[in-house]
Amino acid sequence: MLAHLPILQVIVPLMAAPACLLLRRPKLVWLFTLLASALAFIISILLLQQVMIAGTISYELGGWSPPWGIEYRVDKLNAFIAIIISGLSTLVLLASRTSIEKEISADKHTLFYILYLLSLTGMLGIVTTGDAFNVFVFLEISSLSAYSLIALGKDRRAIWSSFQYLIMGTIGATFILIAIGLMYQMTGTLNMADLATRLPEVAETRTVITAYAFFIVGVCLKLALFPLHLWLPNAYVYAPSIVTAFFAATSTKVAAYLLIRFTFSIFGLSFSFTTLPMGTLFLTLGLLGIFVASTVAIYQDNIKHVFAYSSVAQTGYMIVGFSMATTAGLSAMLLHMFNHALMAGALFLALAAVTYRVGATKISDFQGLGRQMPFTMAAIVIGGLSVIGVPLTAGFVSKWHLVVAAIGKDWWVVAGLLLLGSLLAVIYVWRIVETAYFNAPMTGKDSVEEAPMAFLFPIWILASANVYFGIDTRLSVETATAAAKGLFGVAP
Amino acid sequence: MNVSLETLVQLCILLPIFSTIGIVALRGNQNSREAVSVFASLVVFYSVVSIYLGVQSGETIAVHWLQILPGLSLSFSVEPLGMIFALVASFLWLVTIIYAIGYMRGHNEDNQTRFFCCFSIAIGSVMGVAFADNLLTLFIFYEVLTLSTYPLVTHSGTEAAKKAGRVYLGILLSTSIAFFLFAILGTWVIAGTLDFTQGGVFPADANTTLLGVILVLFIFGIGKAAIMPFHRWLPAAMVAPTPVSALLHAVAVVKAGVFTIMKVCTLIFGIDLLAILPTTQGLVYVAGATVLLASFIAMRQDNLKARLAYSTIGQLAYITIGALLASSLGVVGGSMHIAMHAFGKITLFFCAGAILVAAHKSKVSELDGLGKQMPITMVAFFIASLSIIGIPPAGGSWSKWYLLVGSIDTGQWTILVILLLSSLLNIAYLLPIPIRAFIFKESTTNGAVGIKEAPLPCLIAIGITTLGCIALFIYPDPLYDLASSILQTSSVAYGQ
Repeated sequence: MLAHLPILQVIVPLMAAPACLLLRRPKLVWLFTLLASALAFIISILLLQQVMIAGTISYELGGWSPPWGIEYRVDKLNAFIAIIISGLSTLVLLASRTSIEKEISADKHTLFYILYLLSLTGMLGIVTTGDAFNVFVFLEISSLSAYSLIALGKDRRAIWSSFQYLIMGTIGATFILIAIGLMYQMTGTLNMADLATRLPEVAETRTVITAYAFFIVGVCLKLALFPLHLWLPNAYVYAPSIVTAFFAATSTKVAAYLLIRFTFSIFGLSFSFTTLPMGTLFLTLGLLGIFVASTVAIYQDNIKHVFAYSSVAQTGYMIVGFSMATTAGLSAMLLHMFNHALMAGALFLALAAVTYRVGATKISDFQGLGRQMPFTMAAIVIGGLSVIGVPLTAGFVSKWHLVVAAIGKDWWVVAGLLLLGSLLAVIYVWRIVETAYFNAPMTGKDSVEEAPMAFLFPIWILASANVYFGIDTRLSVETATAAAKGLFGVAP
Repeated sequence: MNVSLETLVQLCILLPIFSTIGIVALRGNQNSREAVSVFASLVVFYSVVSIYLGVQSGETIAVHWLQILPGLSLSFSVEPLGMIFALVASFLWLVTIIYAIGYMRGHNEDNQTRFFCCFSIAIGSVMGVAFADNLLTLFIFYEVLTLSTYPLVTHSGTEAAKKAGRVYLGILLSTSIAFFLFAILGTWVIAGTLDFTQGGVFPADANTTLLGVILVLFIFGIGKAAIMPFHRWLPAAMVAPTPVSALLHAVAVVKAGVFTIMKVCTLIFGIDLLAILPTTQGLVYVAGATVLLASFIAMRQDNLKARLAYSTIGQLAYITIGALLASSLGVVGGSMHIAMHAFGKITLFFCAGAILVAAHKSKVSELDGLGKQMPITMVAFFIASLSIIGIPPAGGSWSKWYLLVGSIDTGQWTILVILLLSSLLNIAYLLPIPIRAFIFKESTTNGAVGIKEAPLPCLIAIGITTLGCIALFIYPDPLYDLASSILQTSSVAYGQ
């Protein structure tokens, strides 16, 4: 059983999806989905344990040995990302039943859970597989289900946002497919490990450089890296709140994983950072992303927009860590992926609770919420402090590591800019705090109550996790560092 | 006494923070809610005194909590400078709680539970700052202090209060993240440690230009020390209820700032290194300019609290100068001024609050003839003013004396002139207030019929701190001993 964990990671949610159709009763479907997601979470924890002890696991699908058969390959990096995805998915699901009651019409509830599971399958598949073409397949599974999930939103603008995302996402996926095709043409293999050994021979050819260029643009579209982020804010705002919470915490992490995996394990460090000037490019885009997206966030009226842009900015931080091409930088990036999943999860779940009670998330809807929904608002404050990077929160830990990594490269200016970027977060977070705590509720809104337990429970798990991983960082930092070191070990 | 000193140090930090649970639980009953605060402040003061006595008898203290970042843990120890700060803050907390009870009730403030909760957390974090064993621990509590005092500043919830809160949080949080944290990170990368170490942490071959820049980042980043141009938060914070202004903006918050500067100068850089950094001299002049400018601005303030706020900015810069003089006399003077100014300024704020509660006056120009109706308050104000100016028989004369000698000793003639000039300016903006109260006749528009002294708890508090000012003049030896041992011994065992 334990030997089959890599495939079970993907198969469990994949099989659970059609099974939902048989259950029909919404409550059963929800419980079943929750169970499947929790199973996936347990599997990823077991996988990480195995990998930490025994090193990389290679699983041959159907007994065909690589590079001919499809290989699932789990090392510290993907086990770490899989935990983020499945863990956050499970926590978000806890609140989903209550949340979709008000946001999705009852006849579509089963459909929602099926799509959710498929999306989860796709993300976990991308992360576990060791086959480049498989990546594309799973990418399409997760993306197609994501488009439909977003289109389920109550607001009619959801359909438009979903369509926008569909166009951008399809371009991205196609670019990635083109890249994989070109790589296949040059090397005749699709297995990642095999690609890594064969690519250096042909690395100087124009085809491989073109492949890398296509791949980078494609994956940055999915990652919503500035300036390719335009699809993200509206998709996050008009999708059902619970979908937003799920995607904000997980989906960009998957794209970031792909970026790391292809750059470090397949194309190799010297190709991307020495032959090609990717370091400078990513550094510039990352910093621009931080400042532009944070500034835009300040001027948003809808709080979901605020944190959607904030997510784009946080991606900027990850990419700055990536651009350093050092173990310290990479582990800071991984750490920030983990910590940002916690922040985004807590914040967007809390926003889902606000949507549930108040009906909207405009800044004016927050007036007086500090008294009416004290626990939800306290969680937003904690999440916000974490986004700013105040000590004792997870956000502080990742910024600390990121800045230390920058100074370690003698990038003093970059270090200063990273810190300055957090100041912009102070402004957009504090707007919410002020409105919620120092304004009286609007007339007609004075009967708003605290969110139900179904929300508070996962929200507070995540909010506490933001504090816990800000104080006891052994787990997060050690895993991230181990994963980063592993990548530098295999990188040529 | 069989409770170990380690336990007491942790108690000082944790008890105020956990007392909020009691405060919230007893929110229905004012008296028992306040009893929790009083009890907590008594225990904390008792603990700090026990720690003081224990350390005097040669015991050493080292508390390690968990490791937050590799090689960096939350840990605490006791050294003389922290001891001064902890003693002053815990004693004045006790006094302020008494005062606050009288004031908040006399003024019928809302949200008193939130007020006392945040107050307690703030004090817990002050203790954390005082006992921090490394810069990271200090920074964490420094930020907790900022965040926990924000609701106190915006207490009234009015538009003006919100605006002031924005300035307060904006300046303190942004300087601390953009400069202070940056400087800490730079220190960490260059020195490889953030532990407070006698003689400094930097390796001898470190690039002095870079270290000079880091020093600049530290001095401006520690926004709580209110060095111009990052001083705007302090006058803004004066919208807070008077007990907050009194404790937090005369003692806890601002002193946490200058305390941190003092600690960074002596135990991170070390005064020998400080003396040769290229930026030190420039920073001394910035602090000197702050002293003068703040005094000039204070003279022009008609609002009593605003005048006191600018006076605080000027006096804080004295301490920063003391730290930056890079001489042991400067350090002694600066550290003593932490205590002296705390007692003097808290008395002044208490008086301003008493005048507000009893006579509903907040402007200097309205105080004519008030000495007849509120003699105790105005006498206390006079004595505390003497302490701030630095004239006997009040404590401030000692610290200013050492600062003057320190500046002569290091050949800082400009600073000497600035300090002397500033004392004259202090006279010019502080003494008119008691003079108006006692000598001027009541103006006819005053309508001051039936004004009586402030409520008894307020008077008790004022009396205690005023006596403190005088006691520190007559008997400054323990304070001097502490201050002069800052540079002499290692941080763990200075008692022997």
